[in-house]
Amino acid sequence: MTQEELIPLILKKDERAFTIMYDMYSKSLFSVISNLLKETEDAEDTLQEVFVKIWKSIDGYSESKGRFYTWILNIARNTAIDKLRSKGYNNSQKNLSADNFVHLLDDSNKLNNRIDTIGILEFVKKLKPKCIEIIELLFFQGYTQQEASDELAIPLGTVKTQNRNCINDLRTYLKV
Amino acid sequence: MDTKQYIESGILELYVYGLLSESENMEVAQLAKEHKEIETEIISIEKAIVNLSTSFSPFLSADNFEKIKAKLNLKYSNVIEMKPRNNWSQYVGWAAAVTLLVGIGYQYTQLSETQNQVATVEKEKTNLQDTLVGLQLRNKQTLTALTVVRDTKNTVINLGGQAVSPQSFAKIYWNKETEVVYVDAAGLPEPPEGMVYQIWSLKLAPQLTPTSIGLLSDFSSNTEKIFAVEKTGDAEAFGITLEPAGGSKSPTMEQLYTLGKV
Repeated sequence: MTQEELIPLILKKDERAFTIMYDMYSKSLFSVISNLLKETEDAEDTLQEVFVKIWKSIDGYSESKGRFYTWILNIARNTAIDKLRSKGYNNSQKNLSADNFVHLLDDSNKLNNRIDTIGILEFVKKLKPKCIEIIELLFFQGYTQQEASDELAIPLGTVKTQNRNCINDLRTYLKV
Repeated sequence: MDTKQYIESGILELYVYGLLSESENMEVAQLAKEHKEIETEIISIEKAIVNLSTSFSPFLSADNFEKIKAKLNLKYSNVIEMKPRNNWSQYVGWAAAVTLLVGIGYQYTQLSETQNQVATVEKEKTNLQDTLVGLQLRNKQTLTALTVVRDTKNTVINLGGQAVSPQSFAKIYWNKETEVVYVDAAGLPEPPEGMVYQIWSLKLAPQLTPTSIGLLSDFSSNTEKIFAVEKTGDAEAFGITLEPAGGSKSPTMEQLYTLGKV
């Protein structure tokens, strides 16, 4: 089911559509949440909170504002960041070389899609370290272009195009 | 507008990531509506990033979905958590099924066997009851015979064997007060088919007058061979003859088995 088919059902509060939506996006959001909140329990609580928010505030979404996935991604990231703050983590500044979304692969027992992941692992080896950094900041952590530019010490305009190149590599690999 | 250049700028990636301002978002959404290639590009970027992030997801237990459903009071469909199919549990299942079937078969055999046993026991019980009834009957007959023999008021007349059957003998128990007569026929042979013993009370003077006082019917089934016959008040002798079934009006003297005087 595509987003275009799913959205009208979700807006009608079709409970089956909720299940489909969960199947389509829960793991994606869970990796974003888990990347920010290292404790499994915190991450799971947050994921639950996120889906409760999505369903309860569904009327606030409109396609003119953007993609549905983008809307729920923002809810997930913001809820996780709020949780991070409420937990009193001071060093939200990360050591990027060691601590990014790739660490999610470390605990191989926790992996959902072993076969996909093995493929992704090969891809990640080929992926430029710059790409890991930039995807980590922009997608996983939701940094603005300016923040990423400051963090990576690269010109503002380069952030956007570099990210574009990284996503193109990924798309070539995934054939999408 | 140069859509290719717009796409290559990398703004669509930031759009999918959710990093644009509200006004920028509205603009991209509007352009996507107008230009198919922009929309297609957005969908491809989304697929790529959803795929990448999904692959990095740690294990997500189905409990989470159940908890969310509970919080939202949703009723529909479960997310099924796939577990590797376990051959071991499959075999245990089959083994259990086979064991159950064998067990049922065994129980069934046991049941029918038990039912047969019950039937046999029932039959035996009936047989025993029949025997008991028979014994009680015999006991009653014996008691009757004993009572007859023991009665002190009885006159006992011994009847001796006659020419046709010298080995035969019989006894008459005659209570002169009540005039009741019993015959002990244990010393008589079984009567031939179609024949019956007939008992006569005899008056000897002034002339021999025989009076029939009864037939020893059912001779073979009366195991005690004690027979009650009709009363008589004035017999001087008793005789027993073999007569055709049903008896005769007067005794057939050639077939006089036993005779005795009072």
